[in-house]
Amino acid sequence: MIHESLLKYRNARFLWQALALMVLSIGLYLTQGGVRVPSGGTWQGYILGTIGALLIVWLALLGVRKRAYASSLGTVQGWTSAHVYLGSALLLVATLHSAGQFGWNVHTFAYVLMCLVILSGFVGVYAYASIPQWISENHAGGNRPELFSELFALNRQLQLLAVKSEAAIQLAVTSSIERTAIGGDVAAQLFGRDRSRFIRSGTASSGSEAVLSGNEDQQQIIDFVAARLPRADKAAEVPNLHELVLFLCRRQSVLRRIRRDIRLRAWLQLWLYVHVPLSVALLVALVVHILTTFMYW
Amino acid sequence: MESFKIAIVGAGPAGLSAAARASELDRKANLGSPGHVLLEGFGAHAKTIQRYQKGKHVMAEPGFLDLRSDVRFAAGSRERILEGWREDLARLRVNVRFNAEVTRISGARGAFTVHLGDGTSLLAENVVLAIGLEGNPRKLGCPGDELDVVQYQLDDPREYRDETIFVVGAGDSAIENALGLSEQNDVWIINRGKEFSRAKEGNLSAVLGAISDDRSRLGCHYESSIKQLRRADEAGPAWVAELQTPGGLVTVGCDRVIARLGAIPPRRFVESIGIEFPNDRADAIPGLSAEYESNVPGIYVIGALAGYPLIKQAINQGHDVVEFIHGNRIKPADHSLLEQRFLALPYEMDADTSIRQFQLRIPMFRQLNALAFRELIIESVMIAAYPAGALYDEARKRVRTAVDKLAASGRAPRVTRIIREGDTIYEPGDFGTSFYTIVDGEVTLEVPGSPSGAVTMVRGEFFGEMSLLSGRPRLERAVAGVACVVVETPRRTMVKLMSSNEEVREGIDWIFVVRELQRHFVPAAPFRELKDMAARVTSRKYKAGELVYAEGHKGECLFVVRSGGIALTRLRGDADAMVAQVRAGEVIGQMALMGDPMRRESATATVASELLEIRRPEFGELMRRKDAQLGPLQDSVSQMLVENARMQVRPEAGSVMSFLMDQGLGEATDVLVINEDLCVGCDNCEKACAETHDGVSRLDREAGATFAKVHIPIACRHCEQPHCMKDCPPNAIRRSETGEVYIDDTCIGCGNCESNCPYDVIKMVYEAPEKPGLLSWLFFGAGDGPGEQPGYKPTEAAKARGRKAVKCDACIGLAGGPACVRACPTGAALRLGPEQFIDLVEERKR
Ligand SMILES: Cc1cc2nc3c(=O)[nH]c(=O)nc-3n(C[C@H](O)[C@H](O)[C@H](O)COP(=O)(O)OP(=O)(O)OC[C@H]3O[C@@H](n4cnc5c(N)ncnc54)[C@H](O)[C@@H]3O)c2cc1C
Ligand code: HEM
Ligand code: SF4
Ligand code: SF4
Repeated sequence: MIHESLLKYRNARFLWQALALMVLSIGLYLTQGGVRVPSGGTWQGYILGTIGALLIVWLALLGVRKRAYASSLGTVQGWTSAHVYLGSALLLVATLHSAGQFGWNVHTFAYVLMCLVILSGFVGVYAYASIPQWISENHAGGNRPELFSELFALNRQLQLLAVKSEAAIQLAVTSSIERTAIGGDVAAQLFGRDRSRFIRSGTASSGSEAVLSGNEDQQQIIDFVAARLPRADKAAEVPNLHELVLFLCRRQSVLRRIRRDIRLRAWLQLWLYVHVPLSVALLVALVVHILTTFMYW
Repeated sequence: MESFKIAIVGAGPAGLSAAARASELDRKANLGSPGHVLLEGFGAHAKTIQRYQKGKHVMAEPGFLDLRSDVRFAAGSRERILEGWREDLARLRVNVRFNAEVTRISGARGAFTVHLGDGTSLLAENVVLAIGLEGNPRKLGCPGDELDVVQYQLDDPREYRDETIFVVGAGDSAIENALGLSEQNDVWIINRGKEFSRAKEGNLSAVLGAISDDRSRLGCHYESSIKQLRRADEAGPAWVAELQTPGGLVTVGCDRVIARLGAIPPRRFVESIGIEFPNDRADAIPGLSAEYESNVPGIYVIGALAGYPLIKQAINQGHDVVEFIHGNRIKPADHSLLEQRFLALPYEMDADTSIRQFQLRIPMFRQLNALAFRELIIESVMIAAYPAGALYDEARKRVRTAVDKLAASGRAPRVTRIIREGDTIYEPGDFGTSFYTIVDGEVTLEVPGSPSGAVTMVRGEFFGEMSLLSGRPRLERAVAGVACVVVETPRRTMVKLMSSNEEVREGIDWIFVVRELQRHFVPAAPFRELKDMAARVTSRKYKAGELVYAEGHKGECLFVVRSGGIALTRLRGDADAMVAQVRAGEVIGQMALMGDPMRRESATATVASELLEIRRPEFGELMRRKDAQLGPLQDSVSQMLVENARMQVRPEAGSVMSFLMDQGLGEATDVLVINEDLCVGCDNCEKACAETHDGVSRLDREAGATFAKVHIPIACRHCEQPHCMKDCPPNAIRRSETGEVYIDDTCIGCGNCESNCPYDVIKMVYEAPEKPGLLSWLFFGAGDGPGEQPGYKPTEAAKARGRKAVKCDACIGLAGGPACVRACPTGAALRLGPEQFIDLVEERKR
């Protein structure tokens, strides 16, 4: 396709710029020497620090550019591509700036925050590069609305079949449809936890109480109906039960795809909920870091 | 029998205004009893307007036209306008009769007999037909269809709650009504067929989804009809319907039946009076004189039926036609518009003389009736070229002073466009679709790269027909020559003219064919030598999906694609694999006439298309000419061969291509394509669209079809010949020179475009309310953040302004291009032109 990914944007031009910046920073670092050991306090250290600070501010400005919808200052894709490569270069620039002088202070705190932001950025790049493919493979040519309409169609067919069955099966199948849980809270979305239920009641021959039982992945309802098949009271019921099992399995497969879709999309966004708040924290820490540096000068 | 000077049929805006004028003239003449009568079939005045949705904001377009009438009319709510007219009817003592449907008119000028539905009749010297185009709704046609339980329209589905309702019909209006009602009611669609074959794609998926969704309250009886309706005897729903279903007769209770079976067009009735239509086309308009008189002397036609789709035009004609009947040779209300058209032309003539002169000078337009030609000039713009220098400056000054004067009265007039001799009228690649006629001087057409060089055209000739007919961008450059005066007519006017006038249609067709023959085969051949050859070339229309020719058959002709798009496929195993997509302006099937008579592929129309068919004898004749040009034809064959072969070795590319064609991309000029592998679903594209377009997104990313990771969201494709433009009364949908199709602010909110767009792109919306600024959202969490507010509540002011049509304008005014594409963080969204579709399926070289 003629679409260009984030990393390949314009022949990865920002990769080369980031590499140039890194070479430059190493060069600058190596010119430190003589009387003073390398540190943030030499003139080279100051330059590295300034570059780092400016980089951080500019990286954070992506959040602004992303929402300046009428802006013709580059494209958001271009900005993001540069963000990724120059953001990665920041790791080296800032490390050289610190010159390995770490301790229990605000300076190191800012550094660690920055590393976390960058780390989450890496996670994000990985997520953006791989999850969309999994999502589209999971759809197999369709999309989410189509999956749902398939599900609704199956629900309807199952209900029609259920009406023709004995009471226990009818109750089990309709309750399994009514009590199918999709989505849920953040944890349920991320880990695809399935709180589906159905009502299991005794059949005419066994005669036990109706209980609400778990139906994770729709497996129990399938097993329940399948178990009835060899024990059917009337031979006439068998074809209907066969159909039911078939449709329940198809429904299981559609539900699996819907859950997987929800789960993948949740993971696709999760990293941003780390990346952005930590970026804000980093900006604050950066200001504190600079102020304290100049105060104790 | 009662007798009148004028009988006016139909109390819509046209008829009301006519009757009002007639009543005024009666009053001035101190007649003892009224000399006019207004006959309305409905129980109240202006049925068409009564049937608009409640509270609809009625627009008073076109803004540049003054109102001339005894009845009032200004933009406002439907209710206000209807009330105003009701008062006017009383105030002006109009002799109106409601529930007086005219069923037949017989006799001749001076003594017409007008027969009414109740069996009575009356005499009239003249008849004014102002019955509009809406027609009468088709009835259910079963016992009980006259009962209160049946209604033929639905204002507001939210008015009904917890009723059992039958909606009869399978078209878009039936589906839309049923879906709307099923939110609060139990609704059954009664569909005579097995499916919803006439429904738009979007409605189709919505209705099928709702029918199969067990949580919705909508169901459908297929292959069913209502046999009888009657009042229920027992408790429960008030009515009982007997349904004929595939399973036999069933009897069910219901509260309401809504019949949406379409309307019976008024044409049969009009023809029964003796009024002639030029042809059988659905959009044909009866031929009329400049005084609106039809071919039956004494019968006049005005308003929508005369081809004028707006209220203000209808009202003005109502006024004028009565004056004409009374023998007053007044200037029509739009006379000043005509004068503006002729402003600063190099002639010393008044507008009436000019228009007569113009018509004489253009052979193709000589047969037009005066009214049609007048309309053509009013809708057109004059272009006059002066030599650079004093003459030019002076003409521009004249125009500017006139414009300033008119602007002071609050109107933006359309006046003559003054250019210099040697200026370009259009460039190759421009998207204009207007049509040009030369009334004076000359114009040169330069085709880049053509061996024949420039062609000079003179008075009476015309150009620009290729883009008009095919929707493709211009191929040549048109340059104003010495003393040239040109009429530029918009596409819509030409299309209307072509469907109501055979001469014009044939004239344009003929020149189109000649120029296509020149372009493809004999660039240097003079016009007249190709004239009778052109007459032997036939043009045929194909529906989407129709086969043009089949692989393995012998071919006796080649085709030039005149409009639309064609897919070439080859049989592989037992499935068709697509090998090429061909667009308007290209040639297919030429191999059959160039040495290989067997068709090597099948050709199928991907969208509604029109093809020129050039048979072997004509082709031979062309090729035998000295000036025949075989080279380009051979080159195109070789090029196609390579392209076809390349596609054939990669069947997966072919299947993506056929997917694209199935999505209607064969007629697209600019389409949003999303790569699923890159899309992270952030919807920043939609947000960008909403943020740059008054808070309403014009694209729906998630909806739309996907195939092999290519996703075509619901977004405008800027079609070569936009379907949406077809019936827009104020001509609000336009195409810019750079190709963007957009809606300007004269939209009256009629919704025609929404139903005409096959890709479900157009939405009718209220203006979205202002949102809190971005910063207050960022820092204080005010509002929903960027993007369209889900289910926003329009303000009262926005509601009063009414719903308007909105669609993608490809960010026409935005530096840097479409916001959706530029806002995508991952590069998943691109807008592509047809020449890039092939890149979409090509492997990357690297
Ligand atoms: C949804 C919608 C919205 C629109 N919005 C606007 C707008 O905002 N602004 C605008 O300018 N235009 C608008 N239009 C167009 C406008 O409605 C028409 O141009 C206008 O109504 C035409 O007027 P008319 O008098 O020619 O015909 P109509 O208004 O159609 O009137 C015809 C009348 O004749 C009667 N009649 C028909 N047959 C007979 C018969 N045999 N005997 C007796 N009476 C008969 C009918 O009952 C009717 O009352 C809109 C159209 C639609 C459909
Ligand atoms: C200190 C360094 C960084 C800061 C302050 C920072 C900050 C931000 C901010 C504010 C956004 C905007 C998010 C939004 O508005 O939705 C963003 C987006 C992003 N960041 Fe970073 N970032 C940093 C480093 C990195 C690094 C090193 C990478 C990757 C290697 C990265 C990858 C991304 C990506 C891919 C996005 C795009 C998200 C999107 O638009 O959907 N970031 N970053
Ligand atoms: S709105 Fe629909 S018909 Fe009009 S140009 Fe766009 S896609 Fe084509
Ligand atoms: S833009 Fe659409 S809704 Fe508006 S007037 Fe034209 S056809 Fe009607």
